[in-house]
Amino acid sequence: MNFKLDHQMFLVLNVVIGGLVVASLVGFILSRRVKSEDGRAAIDNLNARIRAWWIMIGIFSISFLIGPAGSMLLFAFISLLALREYVSLISTTRADHRTLFWSFFVFTPLQYWFWYESWYGLAIILIPVYAFLFVPIRLVLAGDTTGFLDRAARIQWGLMVCVYCISYAPALLTLNIPGYQKQDAKLLLFLVIVVQLSDVFQYIWGKLLGKRKIAPTISPNKTWEGFVGGVATSVALGTALWWMTPFSPLQALVMSLAIALMGFAGGLTMSAIKRDRGVKDFGNAIEGHGGILDRMDSICFSAPLFFHLTRWIFVSQHPLWFR
Amino acid sequence: MSALSASIIAACARALAGPSARWINCRPSTRQRVYFANHTSHLDFVVLWSVLPKRVRALTRPVAAKDYWDSGLRKRIAVNAFNAVLVERNAKSGDGDHVAAARNTLEMLLQAVGTENSLIVFPEGTRGDGLQVGPFKSGIYYLWSRRPDVQFVPVYLSNLNRILPKGEFLPVPVISRVTFGAPLRLDENETKESFLTKAHAAVCALRDA
Repeated sequence: MNFKLDHQMFLVLNVVIGGLVVASLVGFILSRRVKSEDGRAAIDNLNARIRAWWIMIGIFSISFLIGPAGSMLLFAFISLLALREYVSLISTTRADHRTLFWSFFVFTPLQYWFWYESWYGLAIILIPVYAFLFVPIRLVLAGDTTGFLDRAARIQWGLMVCVYCISYAPALLTLNIPGYQKQDAKLLLFLVIVVQLSDVFQYIWGKLLGKRKIAPTISPNKTWEGFVGGVATSVALGTALWWMTPFSPLQALVMSLAIALMGFAGGLTMSAIKRDRGVKDFGNAIEGHGGILDRMDSICFSAPLFFHLTRWIFVSQHPLWFR
Repeated sequence: MSALSASIIAACARALAGPSARWINCRPSTRQRVYFANHTSHLDFVVLWSVLPKRVRALTRPVAAKDYWDSGLRKRIAVNAFNAVLVERNAKSGDGDHVAAARNTLEMLLQAVGTENSLIVFPEGTRGDGLQVGPFKSGIYYLWSRRPDVQFVPVYLSNLNRILPKGEFLPVPVISRVTFGAPLRLDENETKESFLTKAHAAVCALRDA
């Protein structure tokens, strides 16, 4: 795995921090202006979110600047916390105990270790093949057949979403694209920026213009206006970042669109689980945002697609594309 | 030294069990209390203790079973770090010494409460499966009948049975919750049965609160 800090990365990080300073100033001014009861609650939530962003970006930047090991460890830890929120929310039984122990303390560390060692072939099949088979076998050994398929599927799904899918984000550091060596870290930065901007701008456009509900049975706060505005804004900003990626501006646009759409789908899918379990958030780890998984849901779905699109086109240089 | 190791163990338990505390019609206080909770895991008393405010912790002693916690590392954790009161729970009824043993246990608890301490007790006397709260043993009633001035605070521990259930030695880090309820309101001449019924109902009511 290669990793080198360059001026483009610092430039982008500085712009992000600049944006956060602006957001904090706006939040501060709003908090002095808005007097109505409802308005206050919304502004307090906004400011809580902005404070949490400072902390999240701080942690991300530090791990990022440490190098690949820092990023891998950060995302491994995020996976553990996400899996924990997921397992806490779904119902598991006494007979699931040891299978869950394996999921947390064997499969999760192995997944990240394989990526860290750049063992691509093993990293992409560890959970879809080995854990997929191991989980039902271990459950059978526990001897309880009540709701067997449900229980196996719940654990498999948790491993796939919280560990496998999230691990694709730091896996970008292993891509080693010809002509873009030692710069992979900027791809991770690109993914995180586009996905989070999409979330943030969906929230902002939804608050400003939101009228028509896009999925009233799943996520009552999501609107068409927020969706279109958020995706358009993040795609525009993602395209404007083409110079830090191996993509042309048009390719950056397509990638940003794929990331934003998958991110939206991820948010919606994870909302369906929360709805089904009758909760609003997966947890309360991040002030104003909910749980870790509430912040990561869009990355869960966009990271694998972004990784494989990039790899397919730029690393394996598939003949379909480069004919 | 013991306060430090207790804090370290409590910090580990918090990292593992991620407990959030809820106080319903009850505030944290340093006044004398008996916290009585459902029991599903060896982690129970550590987690309950760990969500109490620092000043309250210093005054709160868990009550634990002597047959389990009285040797080796366990003893160091329970007795040296948490200043636990170890009690016999295996006195056989029908045994001639049964009454004497129970009286002896009660005297130990009364001594532990003293003039400023609080206790953490698990009146089921053994760990349950986490699905149902088992019947309460009568010790808690005798404790109240001698010290009616102490507040009896019901506590419900959620998900601890999923973290380290009975019969397992490896933990799974599920998020847990500790719910404190309003202190029991009791008549002066409460009978043993009505006391235990009220206490049991108070813990169960917090499960769905």
